[in-house]
Amino acid sequence: MEPIQEDACNCKAPRTGGNAASEAAMERKTLALYLGGSVFFLVLWWILYKNLLPLSEAASAFLAWAAGFDLDGHLGSSISFFIYEVPKVLMLLTLVVFGVGIVRSFFTPERTRAILAGKRESVGNVLAALLGVVTPFCSCSAVPLFLGFVTTGVPLGVTFSFLIAAPMVNEIAVVLLYGLFGWKIAAIYAGTGLLIAMIAGWTIGRLKMEKHLEDWVFQIQSGGLGAEEEELDWVGRIRYGIEAVRDIVGKVWLYVMLGIAVGAGIHGYVPEGFMASFMGKSAWWSVPASVLVGIPMYSNAAGIIPIVQALLGKGAALGTVLAFMMSVIALSLPEMIILRKVLKPRLIAVFIGVVALGILLVGYIFNFLF
Amino acid sequence: MDIKVLGPGCKKCEQTAKIVKEALAEAGVEANVEKVTDMMEIAGYGVMATPSVVVDGQMKIAGKVPKKKDVLSWLK
Repeated sequence: MEPIQEDACNCKAPRTGGNAASEAAMERKTLALYLGGSVFFLVLWWILYKNLLPLSEAASAFLAWAAGFDLDGHLGSSISFFIYEVPKVLMLLTLVVFGVGIVRSFFTPERTRAILAGKRESVGNVLAALLGVVTPFCSCSAVPLFLGFVTTGVPLGVTFSFLIAAPMVNEIAVVLLYGLFGWKIAAIYAGTGLLIAMIAGWTIGRLKMEKHLEDWVFQIQSGGLGAEEEELDWVGRIRYGIEAVRDIVGKVWLYVMLGIAVGAGIHGYVPEGFMASFMGKSAWWSVPASVLVGIPMYSNAAGIIPIVQALLGKGAALGTVLAFMMSVIALSLPEMIILRKVLKPRLIAVFIGVVALGILLVGYIFNFLF
Repeated sequence: MDIKVLGPGCKKCEQTAKIVKEALAEAGVEANVEKVTDMMEIAGYGVMATPSVVVDGQMKIAGKVPKKKDVLSWLK
């Protein structure tokens, strides 16, 4: 299927007969190279991942023998934890970022807006939260994106669903949670994060807050230039995925190592139940306290994981820790300052209030259930 | 030629401006490069992701830092 698309793309620039034919052959070759390379990479990844445990055990055994420490002691168990977890999490991260990169190459902000414009509110909130996960988004362009949505007929509440989900439920958070705490916690985080985005956006829509947008928002000549739709071929999509890996994994690997180092230290040294009295289930006030502490803080998902690791490892309750993580990632002072350009204080307050309330509920529900 | 680099001043926007200037120097093209950092003005262009580059009123890229090769192709 793909090679035909390739040819169709190539027709856009017709040249003299022979030249075009050889160029088409060239492009087919590039495509084959990229697809083959991807398959090769996946197979290699799979083989390595499947054999990671024995490999890492052998490595720690060798290290223990060379440096002369006991593998079952404090230091030994910390080191073998580190040697296994670092390649595991980095490999998972690479694969998922690559996969999400390819998915994202299908969703430009323009396309997402076209899907959301004119949707009914409830359906729109659900779609917006889901699209928030797959649409490329950077908090520094939150304002232009917000304006682009609102001025072309995407309802305010639906826009908020997108803005809440985009930073909170992202592939880095989910993969790190999966790698360090298992798929259950990762799924709970992603599921409740999406739910908060949907319900909080819907609530803001119900409150009819449109008049609390800054007045100049309505003076904008919407439409403007509009980006040229660039239709990517599969070579382009694979390149996009590789670029995403270089960009994201290149940025967060240090945080990941630090996080695992903290985790490894806890694994080997700190007695269990250390944090239970402050952040355990019995301390009811710990959930609102973590949300309040978390709101002004700003960190990306990778940076917060070391803290989450430390808290959970020392006996803090799951709901409390999830609430803390969500409020740090989803609500932050810098983002509020950026959004203040388009939102009046009242709407910002409502935004923070509604999302914080959702996070609070999630925290209590999980402390109650687990 | 009139080139506008749209972006509120984040790291990627600075990179974009630098690459555009490098490409101009390399191609030996005279152009008026302007950095647009005002949110209202950026929004007026209908851009939804920054950094973005507008060449003679035509948006060339949005949401990512262009490669020098891309910029050179816009200059032709």
